[in-house]
Amino acid sequence: MMLEIILIFVMLVSAIAAGIFKDLLNSIIAAGFVSFIAAILFYFLHAPDVAMAEASIGAALTVAIFIIAIRKTERFEEDEKSD
Amino acid sequence: MRKVISFILLLIVATGIAISLKEIPFGETESKLREYCLEHGIQETGATNIVTSVVVNYRGFDTLGEVTVLFLAAIGLSAVLYRDKEIERKKGRKSSLILFTGCRFLFPLILLFGAYIFIHGHLTPGGGFQGGAIIASGFLLTILGCWRWVGINRSRFKVTESLSGIAFVVIGLIGLLYGGYFLLNYLPKGTPNELFSAGIIPVIYIAIGFKVGSEIAGIIDDMVRSG
Repeated sequence: MMLEIILIFVMLVSAIAAGIFKDLLNSIIAAGFVSFIAAILFYFLHAPDVAMAEASIGAALTVAIFIIAIRKTERFEEDEKSD
Repeated sequence: MRKVISFILLLIVATGIAISLKEIPFGETESKLREYCLEHGIQETGATNIVTSVVVNYRGFDTLGEVTVLFLAAIGLSAVLYRDKEIERKKGRKSSLILFTGCRFLFPLILLFGAYIFIHGHLTPGGGFQGGAIIASGFLLTILGCWRWVGINRSRFKVTESLSGIAFVVIGLIGLLYGGYFLLNYLPKGTPNELFSAGIIPVIYIAIGFKVGSEIAGIIDDMVRSG
């Protein structure tokens, strides 16, 4: 139970970090980490089917597709104009 | 200023969702469907993995819709990224011997593991979608590490995808002709816990595995080749 609470906390922190980072590569890795912890939590909740799908699609393939997209566009987010 | 306004809007939406969900008890349900599937699932479908018996047998038509959504997404992506002239992949640094050999060694093993997962979908956790994603990650490994060795022809992905999609629909239509409704489980159920059991469930999952694998691998391939 304690482990699950820690995992959920880490998941929340990395989800917020994914939104805050200006370096898009970092935020993609943080988003992949969210999927990875979600897969572990699904396994703890006795849903191995969903955990496998989440680990392979969310943590591996989506991250790879986003990284390919970044390689073809820009890596750093521009500063937002304050209004 | 804009951030403050969006934060307040987000709070309003979040409280709205929280209030509406507060009445629903967590983890309990009035529906008898769960008990029905757990009690009769194995006898009716022959699949020991209840999740698979729901996904492919009881809710097979929904799965067809799900596969169609994935198909449309892949087609849309290819249409957006399509170019008249095929751009050759930029000649980067050649991968080192260790990377190249390791990648060549791992690729068939990953394919084998993915195939194992979708062929045993009715017995162990996993199924067509999971196995297909694992196969696609094997193709991702070759794209990263040993592109020259594989030299995938992009139209082969499309052909595999179309053939397996057609196979799914044809299996369903045979059920319609034979027994009166779409995706009827018309093959013999066999004894549970054996590889050749559960009627059409493994056949459909093999089709889904090929379809999902070639679709996601095709998406990655399109992304790498474009621009």
